[in-house]
Amino acid sequence: MSYAVIGGPSRSFPEGDRFLVGGAPKGSVLVVLSGAAVPTGTAHTAVLVELQHESLGEHTGETNGEEGSNILGFARWRNGDDPPSPLVELVVQKNTAPAAIAAACAVFEGAGLSVALCTDQPGRILDRLLRPKYNAALRFLDEGLATQADMDLTCRLGLGYPDGPIERLLRGGLHHHHEASAALFEAFGTPGFAPARRSVVAARRVAKGT
Amino acid sequence: MSATIQRVGVCGAGGTMGAGIAIVAARAGFEVVRYDVSTAALERSLRDTAGFFGKSVERGKMTPEDRDAVMRRFSDTTALDRLAGCDLVIEAVFEELSVKQALLKALHPILPPHAIIASNTSTLSITEIASGCGREDRVVGMHFCLPAQLMKLIEMSPGVNTAPEVFQAAWDWTLAAGQQPVRTQDKPGFILNALLVPFNNDAIRLVEAGVAEPADIDRAVKTGLGYKMGPLELIDLIGLDTQIRLCEAFYPVTLDPRAAAPPLLRRMVAAGRLGRKSGRGFFDYGKPGMYGA
Repeated sequence: MSYAVIGGPSRSFPEGDRFLVGGAPKGSVLVVLSGAAVPTGTAHTAVLVELQHESLGEHTGETNGEEGSNILGFARWRNGDDPPSPLVELVVQKNTAPAAIAAACAVFEGAGLSVALCTDQPGRILDRLLRPKYNAALRFLDEGLATQADMDLTCRLGLGYPDGPIERLLRGGLHHHHEASAALFEAFGTPGFAPARRSVVAARRVAKGT
Repeated sequence: MSATIQRVGVCGAGGTMGAGIAIVAARAGFEVVRYDVSTAALERSLRDTAGFFGKSVERGKMTPEDRDAVMRRFSDTTALDRLAGCDLVIEAVFEELSVKQALLKALHPILPPHAIIASNTSTLSITEIASGCGREDRVVGMHFCLPAQLMKLIEMSPGVNTAPEVFQAAWDWTLAAGQQPVRTQDKPGFILNALLVPFNNDAIRLVEAGVAEPADIDRAVKTGLGYKMGPLELIDLIGLDTQIRLCEAFYPVTLDPRAAAPPLLRRMVAAGRLGRKSGRGFFDYGKPGMYGA
């Protein structure tokens, strides 16, 4: 499946990413990276819009639950400043064209990525799932449940995770976690998404340049 | 070997967790008294234990002589007073506060004064389990992970009344047994379940909210995070009914909304979709069975 790429720079596909190299000007799928306007009414089988924390509906407009066209959203999940993971969250709407979904999957999977479909909701899959857990882990650290090393070791040894929650957050940058949590807290208002104190500190220090 | 602990009792040794803990202790050279109320359960778990060590011999991990020596360290009983000579008793009985409290109260007059009692609870308070047993200063939390004979991690928790030297002695024993202890406060779920139970509920809530299908959620977790298993596959393995029990142990104590059982979970259990053991949970397994069977 051929694809054209416009826009950037992109969190999903940083400069030099081999996905960018594989694009062709007249591809049947259009990949719209951050910073570019989303074209409408094109003849592409699918138009794939890179999302940050926003909804796809901000780009497409919304029509009382009957949204859907050949325009889909996507984001390659990243842990802050870590390199992008192989996961692409592909955002579909109720009436998204099946051919557009198939084309999007073909483009990303053809580039060696793994696709998980989700609806147009805040945080998509991983941020919505992870941020409350990471906030809890940071709160446990404040409350003295265990040391950071023991919490991370417990997750690695007890659950077989490749890394623990706090070491992962610190590696990727706590301020990124704050940003993702704050966006979810704004959307849902539930306590689990409220950015944990340590991430607030990190975000404020980044803002101050310290 | 631990300097002061030579003989270890395991209560609930007829169960999966108790049998695994007994293996850990015997493999490290400790004499082990395996106690259970059910003779049949003890016999079955001893056969499983022999099978486990038999495979270890087949795989070259131990010699037949070592296997025979380890098996000779076990003595089985349904009489609680046979634990009288134990320096450490680890309980892995039913996860119910009143059951554990009654056991500890019964153990206290039987055991020598220096003996330590460890609870393998995963959700209950060590302080509450010890309350009223008569030796509250000699009770510690010692939470093994399933399968205990393969997993190195032990969450160690002192109760409010646990004497520091007792906690240290229990800690030293876990090291002597070849395990990896981590220290946690006596809080619901310690580290592992405090993070995992709400996380698994959150995954169920994603399904409930129509964010994604179970297969997509699990794929995202495995691909994006590098986890070996997705949360919904894991819940199917744990059992959806067990997840409800975990929620019911956590939520009343923590009042954390994430720890409350999601309505979808209750509906699925009501529909008989318990996970792998019933053949169907968030995924369809075709027929009921044990994981890996």
